[in-house]
Amino acid sequence: LAHGAGGKATQTLVEAVFLEAFRNPVLEPLDDAAALEIGLSRVAVTTDSFVVTPLFFPGGDIGHLAVNGTVNDLAVSGARPLYLTAGFILEEGFPVADLMRIVTSMREAADAAGVHVVTGDTKVVQRGKGDGCYVNTSGIGVVEHAWRLGAHHVRPGDAVIVSGPIGDHGITIMLARGDLGIESDLESDTAPLHDLVAALLEVAPGVRMMRDATRGGVATVLNELARAAEVSVVLEEDAIPVRPEVRGAAELLGIDPLYVACEGRFVAVVEEAQAGQAVEALRAHPLGAQAAVIGRVGEAPAGLVLLKTAFGGTRICDVLVGDPLPRIC
Amino acid sequence: MSRVGRDLRVTGVVQGVGFRPYVHRLATGLRLSGRVGNDVAGVFIEIEGTHENVAEFLAALPRDAPPLARIERVEVTACTTRGAGGFEIVTSRGDGTRDALVPADFATCADCLRELFDPSDRRHRYPFVNCTHCGPRFTIVRDVPYDRMRTTMAGFPMCTACRAEYTDPSDRRFHAEPTCCPACGPRLALGDSADPLGDAVARLADGQVLAIKGLGGFHLAALAAHPTAASVLRSRKRRADKPFAVMVTDLRQAAALCEVDETGERELTGHRRPIVLLPRRPHAGVAAAVAPATGELGLMLPYTPLHHLLLRDLGEPIVLTSGNLSDEPIAYRDADRLIDVADAVLTHDRPIHVRTDDSVVRGGTVLRRARGHAPEPIGLPLRCPEPVLACGAELKNTFCLARDSQAFLSPHIGDLTDHETHTSFTEGIAHFQRLFGITPRVVAHDLHPDYLSTRYAAGLDGVELVAVQHHHAHIASCLADNGETGPVIGVAFDGTGFGPDGTVWGGEFLVADLAGYVRAGHLRPVPMPGGDAAVRQPWRMAAAYLPDVDLPVAQRNAARWAPVVAMARNAVNAPLTSSAGRLFDAAAALLDVRDEITYEGQAAIELEQRADPSTSDGYPAAVDDLVLCGEDLLRALVADRRAGVDLAVIAARFHNGLADAVVACCARLREDTGLNAVALSGGVFQNSLLSRRISDGLHRNGFRVLTHRRVPANDGGISLGQAAIAARLTTAVPA
Ligand SMILES: [Fe+3]
Ligand SMILES: [Mg+2]
Ligand SMILES: [Zn+2]
Ligand SMILES: [Zn+2]
Repeated sequence: LAHGAGGKATQTLVEAVFLEAFRNPVLEPLDDAAALEIGLSRVAVTTDSFVVTPLFFPGGDIGHLAVNGTVNDLAVSGARPLYLTAGFILEEGFPVADLMRIVTSMREAADAAGVHVVTGDTKVVQRGKGDGCYVNTSGIGVVEHAWRLGAHHVRPGDAVIVSGPIGDHGITIMLARGDLGIESDLESDTAPLHDLVAALLEVAPGVRMMRDATRGGVATVLNELARAAEVSVVLEEDAIPVRPEVRGAAELLGIDPLYVACEGRFVAVVEEAQAGQAVEALRAHPLGAQAAVIGRVGEAPAGLVLLKTAFGGTRICDVLVGDPLPRIC
Repeated sequence: MSRVGRDLRVTGVVQGVGFRPYVHRLATGLRLSGRVGNDVAGVFIEIEGTHENVAEFLAALPRDAPPLARIERVEVTACTTRGAGGFEIVTSRGDGTRDALVPADFATCADCLRELFDPSDRRHRYPFVNCTHCGPRFTIVRDVPYDRMRTTMAGFPMCTACRAEYTDPSDRRFHAEPTCCPACGPRLALGDSADPLGDAVARLADGQVLAIKGLGGFHLAALAAHPTAASVLRSRKRRADKPFAVMVTDLRQAAALCEVDETGERELTGHRRPIVLLPRRPHAGVAAAVAPATGELGLMLPYTPLHHLLLRDLGEPIVLTSGNLSDEPIAYRDADRLIDVADAVLTHDRPIHVRTDDSVVRGGTVLRRARGHAPEPIGLPLRCPEPVLACGAELKNTFCLARDSQAFLSPHIGDLTDHETHTSFTEGIAHFQRLFGITPRVVAHDLHPDYLSTRYAAGLDGVELVAVQHHHAHIASCLADNGETGPVIGVAFDGTGFGPDGTVWGGEFLVADLAGYVRAGHLRPVPMPGGDAAVRQPWRMAAAYLPDVDLPVAQRNAARWAPVVAMARNAVNAPLTSSAGRLFDAAAALLDVRDEITYEGQAAIELEQRADPSTSDGYPAAVDDLVLCGEDLLRALVADRRAGVDLAVIAARFHNGLADAVVACCARLREDTGLNAVALSGGVFQNSLLSRRISDGLHRNGFRVLTHRRVPANDGGISLGQAAIAARLTTAVPA
């Protein structure tokens, strides 16, 4: 198993193993959250496991991620998050003080997102068999809006919007992990997005789909979209918001911010006519201050994401199979 | 006197090159009766005459064939005699398999050139004059069989005079498909100028930048000696340092700029007319911006009538470089992309069907295989049991279709991550499949999972996929280039290639044949901090090899040195690499030759240019267990640098030391394997200093050395190697 940087290897694994085994109409779309009709209510449910090194990093920790990640998966599916479950896998000898810090920050994040942790589970594994602490969260939310969201609603001509500067989380983690001696004020962007999503949906009923740009970054989200909707996505490099510190660190690390994980940003595809008001609504919210239209959906070449560079060329922005490996011979 | 009859079937490049009139002349000269004609498989001939004359015909046929013909095979069968008669050229037959080959584009021939400058000729100064011995072919062919209706000349109906030539078997233009004249053919245009050619010449003389439509695409042109024209072109094209090619009027002008030896002269004047890399003279009369920091110039002679007219009227050399912005493929359908780059566009109305760059050669070896070569087949050293498509690498991509014992290598395609280039790749594959009637059953691709050529292969249905390791493909390419199948000791030195162990290979000693390889040795791996960023910034490789070095390179990059060293130590986006190209990068950065590059291979190229070829000693490097220690070379280099040794001497000692270590490794491998042949492949072998030293050393030790001639040592040759391997692996071997 190549470990999953959210790229093609993971996608292939999911499709070949899990979808094959569990295939059913609800699972089939492989969306971030499953939409269920229970009695008269429409409910969204999602689950996510969190493994991150280091556990504590500027701007957050694994506890923040575990709450916000699941809250965000519900939010971008058009649901209002209500309840969470929490599962912990702890390595024998993991300091209780660290566990307290993680749980406290989960509590803070849950309060901020207006959700309750209603059940949980803890397992301890032998020393050396885990990276200190893994967290799994599941979330339940209620689908309040009649909007139908999903890749199959996307049409050529739609605008592609990102809710804020990209790459903060992933670059922060790499700097925190690498002991690179780089002075930086960068912090993870981990944040609950339900409020920002609600603000967007209020003014822009023409939202076609939303996805939080976690593993594999914006490029991976858009590649999945391009393939699922059989459309092209053409990005304008100049329009993509990236903090100068992130750009600088990414350049040093040799990494393209488009492929770097965010934990508090989402991509929205919006009917072109409503793109302006959508960006305005996002920018009015503190979490969306740098929201921007970064590109357009097109017809051809179907299944591809293209990047118009500052130099005027057009690069193919494909999904990576795993970690980026040099290609220049 | 008894008469005999023979049926002949000739395959190869025998259409569109004046083959039938040639057969007609030969047969009538020998008083043979019979006929000759084209079909989709090539040329069929029926002859009948005295035993002696028929024998003479068979002997002369391949020997005296027209210059552009390439006979692959002549099958002769006896047939009954039909009685004496004349010899005629019959109309084409449309049945059979598609074995007829589309010719490559060739430079204006001497006869056409005479007409071009003969005031009494009806084609005097006509920029599109051509005949069966010269002119556009591959770039204008839409489909086969090759005839005018299936070329981009279809829109130009022949006038009465042209048609008379076209239908006269004794005329040089008999069935010259693109033939035309001022009355019926394409026309030049430059805006709404009444005199496009005169206007273009005046603008060039004035120092302006011109876009000029050529055979395979638009060029950008500027006066080579003008004080500012070339640098203006550079900044508008956004090409920082990569040298421009120069077109000269004639050999005399070439010799004024460069040292032209016999090989160089043959390459310059041959009908393929590539860009020829030649040692430049110390005070060559071109602006500094034409080819900064290199000791070579790429020269070419005019190859279209338009070039001849321009150069002769202008009287001095011009820069002639691909019409594109940096990183993009050459523009060929329209010049829209060049509007901001060129002051004016000299164009014409003969469409280009296939984008094709200029070929590049040096010392008898092809470095970029494109116009004048494509789509000529390359003979394979084995038969393909099934038709093969090989998808090539990522940068400098070419693809290759193969059937039977023939490989059809595409012209240079380029960097597949550029979308337009990628479109050339996919459309080019479809076009080649049609032209040669090949439907691939086996598809070979690189092991690199993220190469777009790999993605393309993976997306095909109903074919057998063959994944080929990059450096195995390099060695197989060299084998195929030499018509061999191995086994050999293969030295594959290049920039990077995906290794099956998850590291990045590029300085490899393989024991290989077409069926497989063993990695017998390699350069000692070092981290490549930042992945591709380390390729763009050679100083990172200096930091990776010698983190504690106390030389200016560390000071120049002080702010980023420590983090990059930490990335290397902590394995943060720092894959391990055994690349020889990266070792050159480290050396170039340590010697202050170059910290960052603006084109592929720049640091190594500039390091080679600095080296003093008369220095004969080299640095020592350990080769224990066939792991070549590059760090040893660099440490010795640093010591010399501290001691104030001349840069030219240090650069040479580095080259020599690496070469000697390679020879030592080969000698060790010969002891282990008993193999005495060494194949040298990979882009690093375009370094002539290194190549020569290694070849000489191997020869001295009694090795047989295989090097590239017909296909590039760089990734442009990968697809041929993949095809040869796929052919071998799908061949059933008797138990
Ligand atoms: Fe290579
Ligand atoms: Mg998730
Ligand atoms: Zn001619
Ligand atoms: Zn005519």
